[in-house]
Amino acid sequence: MEKIVKLASENGILIFSKSTCCLCYAVQILFKELRVQPRIIEIDTLPDGVEIEKALKRLGSGGSLPAVFIGGKLVGSTKEVMSLHLSGNLVQLLRQHAV
Amino acid sequence: MNSTTTHFVPSRRMGLYEPLHQMSMWGDFRLDSPPPPPLVLEVDANLDNQSEDTSRPTFGASQEASKPDDKVLRRLAQNREAARKSRLRKKAYVQQLENSKLRLIQLEQELDRARQQGMCVDASQLAYTGNTNPGITAFEAEYGHWVEEQNRQVSDLKNALHSEMGDMELQIFVEGGMRHYFELFAMKVTAARADVFYIMSGMWKTSAERFFLWIGGFRPSELLKVLSPHLDALTEQQRLDIVNLTQSCQQAEDALSQGMEKLQFILAQAIADGLLREGNYLPQIGAAMNKLEDLVRFVVQADHLRQETLQQISRILTIRQAASGLLALGEYLQRLRVLSSCWSSHPRDVCVSKI
Repeated sequence: MEKIVKLASENGILIFSKSTCCLCYAVQILFKELRVQPRIIEIDTLPDGVEIEKALKRLGSGGSLPAVFIGGKLVGSTKEVMSLHLSGNLVQLLRQHAV
Repeated sequence: MNSTTTHFVPSRRMGLYEPLHQMSMWGDFRLDSPPPPPLVLEVDANLDNQSEDTSRPTFGASQEASKPDDKVLRRLAQNREAARKSRLRKKAYVQQLENSKLRLIQLEQELDRARQQGMCVDASQLAYTGNTNPGITAFEAEYGHWVEEQNRQVSDLKNALHSEMGDMELQIFVEGGMRHYFELFAMKVTAARADVFYIMSGMWKTSAERFFLWIGGFRPSELLKVLSPHLDALTEQQRLDIVNLTQSCQQAEDALSQGMEKLQFILAQAIADGLLREGNYLPQIGAAMNKLEDLVRFVVQADHLRQETLQQISRILTIRQAASGLLALGEYLQRLRVLSSCWSSHPRDVCVSKI
């Protein structure tokens, strides 16, 4: 859990993902389209990946990946990112925290 | 007899354009539901009579003439009879084919009538629902009701907009309309969990609607682009907001589309794993089934995008504009359904003339 908090505060834009997860890939493509470069952590390639996934569930991302953090705060998963984008607020938020 | 044989040639030239005309020509024969044998028997009787009636002086004369000539002439007469019999049998067979064709046309017309009444019955769908998936059966029934309610709402909305109704009352229609679409999205999510391939193929939609299919439904940015020019009295700010919403929508759609492509590739790889190797491929099927869970998530995301687009556009527009927009959308979808019906009855006429 602390690892997640630490990673989130270190990286303006952070996505917890899995290499096999295609929805995670879709969110990455969207960010690329919006010309931001998020830090992507593929938890299935990490030794403690399972713990990270459990901790993310407790945080309230609903247990589903991708888990997107902007400015150290959990934004949510694909659904929340899409809603934010359609309301016109995502780009602004990203620009504030882009590296 | 002679009358029918002389008419046989013109009927072939006519092809099968006028089956009714041909039927009246063959009024002499009993053609209600004849299997070929009885018809041929009756014909045989007529033939036998005719061969005796026809004045063939040489035939009668040869009966008393030398035997070799007699045999030859008898053989020739028998050949003529056989040829005539086979021509008439062929006629009877063609007549049966025509009757079947008429019955098929009638059935297809009945199907079209049912379709035009807003029931989403489709010939290809009838073939598909050899499956007994209760989730899908339930969805199809619910969808039928959804379309009926949709048609009611469209005409109510039309009347409301043409009346002197105030914004407060109009708001009720707008909210009702939006909620009706949200209900459809909820239905689709349940159906996607029952059979995601069914939703991905748009099986419950009419054929023209299926042409526009994107991840189990409409492409929201496309609907925005098609319908917003029909909105009246947009302010500059509204125009700008709509342009931005359309762009955001397109970007989200592109991202989901690329994610889908990756999923397709991963799925294909999983199925293809171990091709040409010994052993069964059940593990590969199992792996592919796991990946299909991801497909359900994509359908859910796509429907969420549609819902979110509807909500955003309703925030941008005034109540009256939103009511017009909902009416435009409802009418647009109705027209697509009518197009599907018209199209399915149109190509058949082309085929008939080519037979």
